[in-house]
Amino acid sequence: MGKKILLEHIDVPGIDTYDVYRKQGGYTAVEKALKTMTPDSVVEEVKKAGVRGRGGAGFPMGMKWSFLAKPEGVPRYLVCNADESEPGTFKDHYLMKHIPHLLIEGMIVSSFALGANKSFIYVRGELMYVIRILEKAIAEAKAAGFLGKNIMGSGYDLELVVQPGGGAYICGEETALLESLEGKRGNPRNKPPFPAVKGLYQSPTVVNNVESISTTPWIINNGGDAYAAIGIGRSTGTKLISASGHINKPGVYEIELGVSVEDFIYADEWCGGIRPGHKLKAVVAGGSSVPILPANLILNLANGDKRLMSYESLSDGGFATGTMLGSGGFIVMDETACVVRNTWNFSRFYHHESCGQCSPCREGTGWMEKVLHRIEHGHGSLHDIDLLVDVAKKIEGNTICPLGDAAAWPVGSAIRHFRDEFEWHINHPVEATQPGAVYRGEMALV
Amino acid sequence: MEDNKPQLVKVTVDGIEVEVEPGTTILQAARKIGPEVAPPAMCYYQPLKGSGGKCRACLVKVAAGSAKDPRPMPKLVASCITPVQDGMVVENTTSPQVLEARKGVVEFLLINHPLDCPVCDQAGECDLQNFAFEHGAAKTRYEEERRTFDKHDLGPYIQLHMTRCILCYRCVFTADQITNKRVHGVMNRGDHAEISTYIEKAIDNDFSGNVIDVCPVGALTDKTYRFKNRVWFSRPVDAHRDCPTCSGKVTLWYRGEEVIRVTARKNEWNEVNEFICNTCRFETKKTSDWVIEGPTKIARSSVITANKYRADTIKPDFVSRLAAANYKPIDDTRDTSQLSIQQLPPERFASSN
Amino acid sequence: MTTETNAKIEFTPERQVLAKEIIARYPEGKQKSALLPLLHLAQEQWGWTSPEVMDYVAGLLGIEPIEVYEVATFYTMFHLDPVGKHVIEYCRTGPCCLMGGEDVYAHLKQKLGIEAGQTTSDGKFTLKEVECLAACGMGPVFQIREQYYMHLTNQRVDEIIEELSK
Repeated sequence: MGKKILLEHIDVPGIDTYDVYRKQGGYTAVEKALKTMTPDSVVEEVKKAGVRGRGGAGFPMGMKWSFLAKPEGVPRYLVCNADESEPGTFKDHYLMKHIPHLLIEGMIVSSFALGANKSFIYVRGELMYVIRILEKAIAEAKAAGFLGKNIMGSGYDLELVVQPGGGAYICGEETALLESLEGKRGNPRNKPPFPAVKGLYQSPTVVNNVESISTTPWIINNGGDAYAAIGIGRSTGTKLISASGHINKPGVYEIELGVSVEDFIYADEWCGGIRPGHKLKAVVAGGSSVPILPANLILNLANGDKRLMSYESLSDGGFATGTMLGSGGFIVMDETACVVRNTWNFSRFYHHESCGQCSPCREGTGWMEKVLHRIEHGHGSLHDIDLLVDVAKKIEGNTICPLGDAAAWPVGSAIRHFRDEFEWHINHPVEATQPGAVYRGEMALV
Repeated sequence: MEDNKPQLVKVTVDGIEVEVEPGTTILQAARKIGPEVAPPAMCYYQPLKGSGGKCRACLVKVAAGSAKDPRPMPKLVASCITPVQDGMVVENTTSPQVLEARKGVVEFLLINHPLDCPVCDQAGECDLQNFAFEHGAAKTRYEEERRTFDKHDLGPYIQLHMTRCILCYRCVFTADQITNKRVHGVMNRGDHAEISTYIEKAIDNDFSGNVIDVCPVGALTDKTYRFKNRVWFSRPVDAHRDCPTCSGKVTLWYRGEEVIRVTARKNEWNEVNEFICNTCRFETKKTSDWVIEGPTKIARSSVITANKYRADTIKPDFVSRLAAANYKPIDDTRDTSQLSIQQLPPERFASSN
Repeated sequence: MTTETNAKIEFTPERQVLAKEIIARYPEGKQKSALLPLLHLAQEQWGWTSPEVMDYVAGLLGIEPIEVYEVATFYTMFHLDPVGKHVIEYCRTGPCCLMGGEDVYAHLKQKLGIEAGQTTSDGKFTLKEVECLAACGMGPVFQIREQYYMHLTNQRVDEIIEELSK
């Protein structure tokens, strides 16, 4: 069994209630931090832990914290990004639903470290029932004296607000989230200035993912060094992986970073292998936006070594042969999955979710979707493939926020690794548009 | 420290060095050098706070971030919102990567644009036309259906052609910053986003007409001028009047002896610095209402300046006679009795320096 | 239909209290932040988000109606037209499709006799297609109000529809 940090007590009955959570050692990190530590020393521990942003970007959390501007007399804010909407990702949903107090405890510790007295948890609006769970947990924590004025006599005040979104993937982008939290359209902001300088209400702000914040109680209880000792290289600690698709056991798993992809897919502890009678064709390893990889490349690096579940190993080989850990949305496809249809589906998603502010994303995502729709429905031509590659290239890197990249990568990578399949769709439109038709040409299934 | 003056920073754009105040954007630094190196801007509008960053037309390559940290920036940056650093080296039209990206931006802006330039009032003074001409590819690769929108009526003065809109948000900023109440905005999102009042409503306040001047394309045009003219047939003349509401400084657009349109004055970057009121724009179209200052100075070559203001041009006699014989006032409902060529100043070169 | 557009647009007394509480959560002068929560609260009461409801919310927050229209049309959760009693929001995104989501969706449409965006003639069901609901491991998924329905099959869909039709 791998090390469990976030899900250690997930199976304890009633862990969603304050009493049970407290009995399992909950809120000791708040006591330790507020009674025995300074905000700076909390930041120091998180830095030492080397925990990287779990929302997808993988930016070191401690470093992000240390960028926070601290002008006199200006409030600072911590905002938790719980707008989990990246297709294939459902770990934050799971964590907040089952063990809400972990996030609340993390919010208290983190807010203390950053000197924030009002912190927000921005939850996607579809998860209204989770919002109610969190609000109940907050009320319990407040009743127990861990929130409100002068927490445990430390002189530190904190109020937590749970904010619902309204249905917009783009609000997972931190500046779009801040706009949304200010009651506006979720249009990402131009950067600079970054939120660390001008964020919520133009005040210095840190935005962190649910899972990232939820690591802080353990880090405070056990020390940053202990956290850094888990994992591999610069991929410290554990990571929640949302496993979906054609596997025997879809679900949320906490892994120690560094287990092999092969073990993760086939071991009973995790995905439990590909569903009976089928073979692995491809994996989207970090949420819909990261490059799709064929079976051989997800299991092994280009040099033949085993690929590991870590930031570095998953991105080994760049986009030519690698991908990204991203949000940990691990979507597994067997040979019945049609890559063209899936790419069109993802493309439709980004088209639907583009905020429409900047021209490459607004126009390019719709264009790609329409071309992919044509190919999938038997009306493509071979030059459409090169057109898609070029349109994706012209979006990538040229937009205000990373949604443009997120829309371009799945298209570029699908064509890079499954070009045959696209050509088959174009050359055999009648065959390809039969219900359930899938390319069965030469490809390495595992 | 010598005095309070901020130390100027040095920036190089396409090999030309310029000194600017700290905090200046790359685009403004490039404009200081001159139009040859200034990146195009479809959404950025200097007088409007918060504008810019959206169209991506002004993307440039930062080959060196600063003297202190000369590493290049990893991505192309929007020059209109990126502040310069001392020692920054910027590549605009000298970078093939930038030209390629801009070609992409033109293409993106055009795929859903109706290309109805032959009947568009903006043709001839359209930023998108100019941008496409300078940076676009000659043919389109777009084979899909173009986007359309339901029609919205914005009242008696402003005509909205949503299909032409490139969502620069300039008109939204204008309504926010120039008028006392904004009733239009951007509805929906993605490529379905549209300028609208949501509920049928006229845009009606003293300064609403300025949204026409800031629109880079023909999405917002002057209803009182609609289909009356091609811009290159008209002659811009600067004029002013004593207006209780605005500065009263305008450009009158003449066709023959008739004022067919009034706009605010635009600088060489096509930006309005002094916004004008609706009375000046829509209701004051007699030459006698205005004090004529002289031909509008148009610095950059334009169809608008072509064949105009040449005092010494001697027209063949038959041309003058033909013109006189065929001259008809454009708007029959308007009183043209007071129109007189004598009130116009002697014509001269518009761009004489 | 759960709409009451002809009645006076006003929150119920309980919701008025709640609205006040929500507005008070934000720092002084930042009350616009309450917009999304209030729109949710309004839709809970009226079933959909009509221009009149938006104007009412604008009034509560002291902002221009256009600011509410812009926001309400940006986010997909606000129904801008009247809807049926149960709004089924069906996930159409990749991971659910891998689990047979498209077939189940076809069955659901057939069962209800409507396409996405339509309401059944008895006013009971409105069908909406939505993107990923963050329940990919439990797909196919749809949502009705706050309730998630997961691991959908044709049979399960029949059961749910029949239960809700009662």
